[in-house]
Amino acid sequence: MTAHPLGNGGRLAAIHGWLLLLPAAVLLAAFTHYPAVATFWHSLFTTPRGNRPARFIGADHYRDMLADPIFWTALQNNLVFAAGTILPSIALAMAMALWVNARIAGRGLLRLAYFTPTVLPMIAVANIWLFFYTPDYGLFDQVRGLFGLPAVNWLGSGDTALGAVIVVTVWKEAGFFMIFYLAALQQIPPELGEAAQLEGASRWQRFWRVTFPLLMPTTLFVLINATINAFRLVDHLFVMTRGGPDNATSLLLYYIYEVGFKFWDQGYAAALTMVLLSLLATVALLKFFWLERKVHYQ
Amino acid sequence: MSESVQLTRALVRPIASPAPSGLLADGRIDRLLNTTGAWALGILWLAPLLYAVWTAFHPSAYSTRFDLFAPLTLENFRAAWAAAPFPRYFLNTSILVATILAGQLVLGTLAAYAFARFSFPGRDIAFALVLIQLMIMPDVLVVENYRSIHALGLVDTIPAMALPYMASAFGIFLLRQTFKTIPRELEEAARIEGCGTLGILWRVYVPLAKPTYLAYALVSVSHHWNNFLWPLIVTNTVETRPLTVGLAVFAGTDQGIDWAIITAATLLASGPLLIAFLLFQRQFVQSFLRAGIR
Repeated sequence: MTAHPLGNGGRLAAIHGWLLLLPAAVLLAAFTHYPAVATFWHSLFTTPRGNRPARFIGADHYRDMLADPIFWTALQNNLVFAAGTILPSIALAMAMALWVNARIAGRGLLRLAYFTPTVLPMIAVANIWLFFYTPDYGLFDQVRGLFGLPAVNWLGSGDTALGAVIVVTVWKEAGFFMIFYLAALQQIPPELGEAAQLEGASRWQRFWRVTFPLLMPTTLFVLINATINAFRLVDHLFVMTRGGPDNATSLLLYYIYEVGFKFWDQGYAAALTMVLLSLLATVALLKFFWLERKVHYQ
Repeated sequence: MSESVQLTRALVRPIASPAPSGLLADGRIDRLLNTTGAWALGILWLAPLLYAVWTAFHPSAYSTRFDLFAPLTLENFRAAWAAAPFPRYFLNTSILVATILAGQLVLGTLAAYAFARFSFPGRDIAFALVLIQLMIMPDVLVVENYRSIHALGLVDTIPAMALPYMASAFGIFLLRQTFKTIPRELEEAARIEGCGTLGILWRVYVPLAKPTYLAYALVSVSHHWNNFLWPLIVTNTVETRPLTVGLAVFAGTDQGIDWAIITAATLLASGPLLIAFLLFQRQFVQSFLRAGIR
């Protein structure tokens, strides 16, 4: 790439480049970089209240956090939520894409059915599912009633609430991820599968030996997105459970919201946010230094 | 790899077409199983929405009772529309979505052009800093962003909801990829004809990136139409609240309201996007695809 005498290489071009970048850079710095750094700084101070200014307290918030049972519950719930949403939604997305990509009756309608939850607001989805889960009247209990099974308070019982919330999330996400698999599948030359078939490979073998490895980059991309979503999606909790019963469905970001905007303890909320940020940073580092290397074998 | 594909193609085509009869019978069962599985999942996926439609269009007596001859009604929609300031919420959401999109397109275009076609000291570091936002989104920085918005005196305004999302790493990345595929010769031709930096951007790059703009716009609009947590935090009046927050407030506070009306309100809130999606299904799917492939 040679620099154009008047164009993109010289000092003038450098100034132009920075000027073009400036508006976006200012907003990015103000609402992504600054808050990430400020979160750490403010987590070392008490929350200013009335005429009492913020006071430096070092790691006190972090010490409180270690002793805070709700924090541990929320963190544990979030890990269960991540495990319960990531793998099922990826597996379902892959199955959906394989089906919709094959010659199957009613393919267009199927694709529509799978993808529709993606365009609905999570709040709306939560409203609909809340009705589903209603004891006695909801669809679940009506179906159970047909088999003579008793009503269950799906969202009101600590044993089932988190699972119920996970199901809703998988329903919402799988169709979105399907799209990426569909794109990847359409780029695989059919000859590869045909060649494997000629060599006597069964459908199952063909999937695991040919298709699955070729989908690996997509799986990685979807995996990263699903992981970020597992720590970001909390909208449905506001409608369905409010983190209850007894914090059984509280996730980290939801707990941060409660601490920061219901109890107005922003210092402690900043410390909690640091945990969330370090989890996301770990995901980012894993992506760049480990997974990125593993998929480039094809 | 392409060589081996060509080779396989040449080898496979003539032989593969007549499948051995044993395989065919096997394939038929296989196909039946697959079709059944696909449709079982499809019905499971459609059921919640169909159920919502049923509830919303029938009197509440039929909310949980299926009767083919149940009378249809629009009463639930009328009641929901009258019970909460939905017209205002629609307006707020529309303004919000348009503001964010306009900001994202302008800022993203400028920044993407800088990254794609200019070399300046610090460019690669700046680009890496931009990409951080893909991992650490404004969604998780609500505590500090609220502090900033409060300090700026913008709490409970539409700019407050829009500002954190206006510079989008995703948009910048997507447009940069597109700009990089545009031949430099076009730019040089425009330069010879006397176009300045912004003129070239406007006359050469923007028109050629139209499909990317369309794809990005669809993804952005559907994302921000549905966004909830940040708007919930920075708004507290009817005058600024978007639909999602309005819907949550409506469904959350009025315990006396029955399911038929809440469901009608839910469909109202998701309606515009849902209808747009049903009408332009192909474009939606293509857009999400285009936006998702990296």
